[in-house]
Amino acid sequence: MAEIHLWGALRPAAGGAPLVHVEAKTIRELFRKLEEAYPGMAPHIARGIAVSINGKIYRDSWQQELPEGAEIYLLPRIQGG
Amino acid sequence: MPLDSHYTAQTFKSVGTRPLRPDGLDKVTGRARYGADFNAPGQLVGGILRSPHAHARIVKIDTSRAEKLAGVKAVVTAADLPDLTNGDQGMFDILDNCLARTKVFYDGHAVAAVAAVDARTAREALKLIKVEYEILPHVTDVDEAVKAKAPLLHKTCFTEGVEPKPAKPSNIAKRTQFGHGDVDAGFKEADIIVERNFKTEQTHQGYIEPHACVASVSPDGTGELWVCTQGHFVYRNHCAMLLGMDVSKLRVTSSEIGGGFGGKTHVWGEPVALALSRKANRPVKLVMTRDEVFRASGPTAATSIDVRIGVKKDGTITAADATLRFSGGPYYGMWAELGAMTAFACYDLKNVRTIGYEVLVNRPKVAAYRAPSAPMAAFAVESVIDELAQKLGMDPVDFRIKNAAKQGTKSSYGPVYGPIGIGPALEAAKIHPHMSAPLGPNQGRGMACGFWFNFGGQTCTDINVGIDGSVTLTVGTVDVGGSRASLGLCVAEELGIPYDQVKCVVADTSTLGHNDMTDGSRGTFSSSMAGIFAARNAIGIIKERAAKMWEISASDVSWEDGHAKAVGEKYGNLAPLSLKEIAAAAGNTGGPIAGHAEIVADGAGVSFAAHICDVEVDPETGRSKIVRYTVIQDAGKAVHPTYVEGQYQGGAAQGIGWALNEEYVYGKDGRLQNAGFLDYRIPVCSDLPMIDTQILEIPNPNHPYGVRGVGETSIVPPLATIANAMSNAFGVRMTHVPMSPPRVLKALEAAAKA
Repeated sequence: MAEIHLWGALRPAAGGAPLVHVEAKTIRELFRKLEEAYPGMAPHIARGIAVSINGKIYRDSWQQELPEGAEIYLLPRIQGG
Repeated sequence: MPLDSHYTAQTFKSVGTRPLRPDGLDKVTGRARYGADFNAPGQLVGGILRSPHAHARIVKIDTSRAEKLAGVKAVVTAADLPDLTNGDQGMFDILDNCLARTKVFYDGHAVAAVAAVDARTAREALKLIKVEYEILPHVTDVDEAVKAKAPLLHKTCFTEGVEPKPAKPSNIAKRTQFGHGDVDAGFKEADIIVERNFKTEQTHQGYIEPHACVASVSPDGTGELWVCTQGHFVYRNHCAMLLGMDVSKLRVTSSEIGGGFGGKTHVWGEPVALALSRKANRPVKLVMTRDEVFRASGPTAATSIDVRIGVKKDGTITAADATLRFSGGPYYGMWAELGAMTAFACYDLKNVRTIGYEVLVNRPKVAAYRAPSAPMAAFAVESVIDELAQKLGMDPVDFRIKNAAKQGTKSSYGPVYGPIGIGPALEAAKIHPHMSAPLGPNQGRGMACGFWFNFGGQTCTDINVGIDGSVTLTVGTVDVGGSRASLGLCVAEELGIPYDQVKCVVADTSTLGHNDMTDGSRGTFSSSMAGIFAARNAIGIIKERAAKMWEISASDVSWEDGHAKAVGEKYGNLAPLSLKEIAAAAGNTGGPIAGHAEIVADGAGVSFAAHICDVEVDPETGRSKIVRYTVIQDAGKAVHPTYVEGQYQGGAAQGIGWALNEEYVYGKDGRLQNAGFLDYRIPVCSDLPMIDTQILEIPNPNHPYGVRGVGETSIVPPLATIANAMSNAFGVRMTHVPMSPPRVLKALEAAAKA
């Protein structure tokens, strides 16, 4: 069971919770199960969410594994200049 | 090994050297081709009609007289670009920005376009288009726009990120929040608290080359676009979606780019040019004037930021809080969100909170600008940090060092940091000779630090070995800051061949798989990683070819210093084979030799900088002059140090202009008053001293050579650095950027009265 930290704008979609628990082994599975559990997250996921796994930020890679006990943050998929 | 991105601390032969820039000769002799330098047979001249109103409903557009004018070949309005965005709000906003659909949202918003045989006819045709407007009340100021009675831009805008959903629409598109700990408890622990509001005015990226393109759409549904852009693959995707074309049938070629800085990361007039070409069945060249660039393309946000920081007497920060309101123009953005993420990223904080509000105003659609939103947030935070150091009686560098983030720190935006460079940057600032140099009359010294994320993304790269052993490196990331040199160096390093044996070219969209654009300081980071992987791929093939030449097993061949070597005593008499020799025999050993890589580059590695500035203020006029400026920044590994220094200097120069002079000035009518470089004052060479640089190299563990992005962070600290220097020069805290002569004079007069 992965512990997922949510940034502020995502929290209303999860009933205000700062973190949620999801049974997921990859980013793809995480997004799929988040959408199932919290439909309000769907537009955020469609717009783009980056996933920080132990401090390394993944913007696109669905196949990335979520190691047991890893620190996982969902972050906006940022823009640059 | 081929796709292993881990840093290995190898010694370098090519990386870290300073060869002459490969694009230099063409650029200084005028041979380089920029966006407006492309021409096509039979091309028409495009022109765009823009709204003179800040906010109005479009009642009617009558194009009949323009269409009848001799020499006019096509006129388009939003009706010629039907909504094909399928619910994608971001793309719909881009579409609406390209040609207004029901309302114009700012002075300069495009409403119609023409293609004619020459520029004069096109201008005449634009005058013949009659647009009937219902003028609506407008709001251009970020603080005014959030008020309950402010004119509403969109009746459908209900603030996102708020629970429960607001009952009424407003101009606040989104609320976001970051942080950890208990901020209120932290402030109770504090001995000193400083709280201030800061404002920054809207600035433009100020790229010297205006937006320019040539579009050509054939009746068979295929098209070509030659364009100045930071990302031709992204432009292709945008244009194909907005025009209903197959992506593969639109070929986009990027020109040399005379600056982008984030402003050329999404389309502006390109879909309009394609729509005109489709209608006229002729190529259409569309080049923005400078006036159009200012009025209708990518400025950064104007901001209003409240910062509150508490400290103990020993200098430990106990709590930090910021509320950030960023104007995004008329469309949803993530500008306050980025400010909220970056504001306190330099510090190790037990209790921190940032709240961002995306505010809609009747100004142009905001685009990214070099480390978007971080400079404004750093201006506010670093000003308060400096003021706290003064109140504590602590050296401002020591105060920052005491509270600096380090490896293992939980960042203010969430994740824990790996190895980072803020500590080393501050330590380098502390001992830099600039910090102890004497100051003259009316001069003050300031320093500040800054942060930017950097990112990677989708990247596709080819290596082709020529019959003479020279190598073509084909990339899909536009070279905005010298990446052709740095990528050539990395591939030369990996192949073990001289740099001058590698030629790096930026390919068109039909040549490679998708590449994300060059933004987020990703060009060298991502394409070098892909280039290294492609080189490793090629080396495997080269070894096989050498084995065939020797008639031995490929497993008995190694690749060292650009040569194939047979491994083992039994091959002792075999002389190493050079790439040139192997390439010459390629036709007999299996055909052309190539390497390829397609990756998603992740782990870009965050970036930190510390800046030092001496400013001199004329107390009679309020004019300020930068006397000395130093940039210290972590590069991970400086692949081509001269370009890295150039990035540091360029970012600082833009930040200096932002800090001292640049601002959008709007009249009460909501119209931009200074849409030109005469009235919008960017720094020129005579305004600036030589900007000194110091490159730190804290390797990025997620890149084979330790590379981090370097292009953006250097614009983050200047606003605060100069504000702190001003404050130290005459004892008044400057809270409004730009610190232009009238504002400085006003502050000096207020200080004198006090």
